[in-house]
Amino acid sequence: MISKLFKFKGGVHIPQHKESSTQLAVEPASIPKRLILPLTQHIGTPAAPIVEVGQKVLKGEKIAQADGYVSAPVHAPTSGIIEDIGDYPLPHPSGMLAQCIVIKPDGEDRWIELKGHSGDYKQLDPSELRNIIRSSGIVGLGGAGFPTSIKHNPGPDRVIDTLILNGAECEPYITCDDMLMREKSREIICGLLITKHALQAKRCIIAIENNKTLAIESMQQAAKEFADRNIEVVAIPTVYPAGSEKQIIYTITGKETPKNGLPLHIGVVCQNVGTTAAVYRAIHHGEPLISRYVTIAGDVKQPRNLEVLFGTSANDLIEQCGGSTADIRRIIIGGPMMGFAMQQITIPVIKTTNCILIDAGQTKDLHTRQYTMPCIRCDSCADVCPVNLLPQQLYWFSKAQELDRIQEYNVFDCIECGCCDYVCPSQIPLVQYYRFAKSEIWKRERETQKSDAARDRHEFHQFRIDREKAEKAEKLRQKKAALKIKKQATDQSNEIGNNDKKEAEPKNAAIVAAMERVKAKKAQQKVEPKNTDDLTDHQKKLVTEIDQRRAEQRETQVSNSNDNAKMDNKEL
Amino acid sequence: MLSAILVVGLLATIFGIVLGFSAVKFKVQGDPLVEKIDKLLPQTQCGQCGYPGCKPYAAAIANEAAEINQCPPGGEQTIQDLAALLNREIIPLNPENGAEKEKSVVIIDEETCIGCTLCIQACPIDAIVGAAKQMHTIIESECTGCDLCIPPCPVDCIIITPIKKDLTTWQWAKPTELGINNSDKQAQVATDDQ
Repeated sequence: MISKLFKFKGGVHIPQHKESSTQLAVEPASIPKRLILPLTQHIGTPAAPIVEVGQKVLKGEKIAQADGYVSAPVHAPTSGIIEDIGDYPLPHPSGMLAQCIVIKPDGEDRWIELKGHSGDYKQLDPSELRNIIRSSGIVGLGGAGFPTSIKHNPGPDRVIDTLILNGAECEPYITCDDMLMREKSREIICGLLITKHALQAKRCIIAIENNKTLAIESMQQAAKEFADRNIEVVAIPTVYPAGSEKQIIYTITGKETPKNGLPLHIGVVCQNVGTTAAVYRAIHHGEPLISRYVTIAGDVKQPRNLEVLFGTSANDLIEQCGGSTADIRRIIIGGPMMGFAMQQITIPVIKTTNCILIDAGQTKDLHTRQYTMPCIRCDSCADVCPVNLLPQQLYWFSKAQELDRIQEYNVFDCIECGCCDYVCPSQIPLVQYYRFAKSEIWKRERETQKSDAARDRHEFHQFRIDREKAEKAEKLRQKKAALKIKKQATDQSNEIGNNDKKEAEPKNAAIVAAMERVKAKKAQQKVEPKNTDDLTDHQKKLVTEIDQRRAEQRETQVSNSNDNAKMDNKEL
Repeated sequence: MLSAILVVGLLATIFGIVLGFSAVKFKVQGDPLVEKIDKLLPQTQCGQCGYPGCKPYAAAIANEAAEINQCPPGGEQTIQDLAALLNREIIPLNPENGAEKEKSVVIIDEETCIGCTLCIQACPIDAIVGAAKQMHTIIESECTGCDLCIPPCPVDCIIITPIKKDLTTWQWAKPTELGINNSDKQAQVATDDQ
């Protein structure tokens, strides 16, 4: 039993706005006319498509496979025909386009053949469980989208003491996890037991913020059935950002996650309730991850939660909630604290979309910042920072682009929760400054890496050219040396008389004889050299000199060959 | 008096020996300032600065033979970094050396390439693969966009293409400060991500 909860520093109490969307039970959203499935619905490498345009796919069929270790496959959320594979807008703060697979549903909603392991998951090895979870495309549904199978692989020798199930859901407006815990508590508990088996964890703690009384009751009820499995439901104080991974771990265990480390380094794994339910469906029923609970709130006529197939556009969901109450100014993907705004309302729901907030200018809390005033150094930001940073200092450094200094002040420990932003009386967009600084640092790092690589390659290029030059020079030198040696050898052999080359002698003699014959023939033909008319005195002189030289050479050659021939005769 | 002179003399001898020894033993190879400057340069080896590569330009800056504003690929950022390192004033890029342009790579139109190997010889970082009378291709991930391969190409088959922006290289914009008098619309645009 947990005897004591730990209170993390800072945090803010924000109006929750959670009642409106929890009035109606969750219903499946209707299948839209077309589903746009981005290949990047998770952190890591985008999935690689394995289908072609025009191909017919069944519900749950894999349409894109994981490309690399940190990646996740994508499955068809319903049966239909692949209409297109191309670039479409993503739910991403950049508003960029990226590769998506578009499915035109056929309305049959026919499943592929499913193979589940109901009840006997304990017979499976943790690695087999991980493989099923991986091929089911399960990623963290809390918002980050980290592939779950990797989280379930702490590596050998690492003991997981505590498995924390994160049901805090601390951001205002979002109620999808709340509704899931109310309605599918048994599925969550079963998924938790599977995860516990996969991790060989000692104890499980389900942490829920104490404003979700119905969810806590429902989870406790479901946990009773497995009383002997060391599962505990704990109500934690409602304070934003209690649901952030590092904060919830501290609240439960009192341990801080080390800088640049992972929770598993302190023997803890933290998992979202939605992810756990998806693990249950994958193992027990063999169903891949194709849908999730999504909260639609803000300026809509009927705020509620829907079970949405991935790829459904936000616009369709707004219509199913009775439409917006006024002209939509923007929609916010995620909560008002950490979400991002988009002007496009046709963007699809992906694995990490937990909430769609509609801002039509009616809800006061969603109002945009009207102005920014100078920082008055009040330090309210430092008081609320849950990770003990100095937001004001970070702000100055980011503004002045002092990227070394801002790293010294640990900007990368910032969880971008937005508490500082929320309390700032001057309404300075602080988090945006930190995000800018982070991405600027990453950009510089990429550039340095690239220029370092280019320097290495250039140095090697220079080295290669020098080496080739040296090799050429060496070859030339060797050739010259070889020639010299050869010449010496022939000279010597001429002097000594070639006694020991008996076999080669007749051949040499034959060659010499042949050359003689040719010369004689040429002499007989008496071919006169051309272009000898009209020569100047100087040219004539040169010609005679050359002729003389040639004649001398010929004489010496003849006498040499005669000598050789004589010797040959003697030997014979 | 004598002892004082002796003590000071002895100390001077000891320090002299220690300093002399360390000057030999811990001698720094190469010029550390040139290395530091070279680290800040973009390593395109393009020669737009008037020197045959980044290292020679770095050496020239270190010797105060060249200004810090002669590197168009590095642009304003490099000038700022160099100014900070060398404690010099920030000056605008010298237009004689060229203008800062969007980061790009080159690609070879493989249909047109005749396999003359001239571009391979021109590439300062060996980022072009090919052999005589065989089609050549550029290793895009290594290309620095120096464009040195373009002039030697006899068939003009090398094309400059800007680097495609994607999600991995996307960057958050720096927020713009808004006064209380600015219009509502501007405020909305600047804080859209909140």
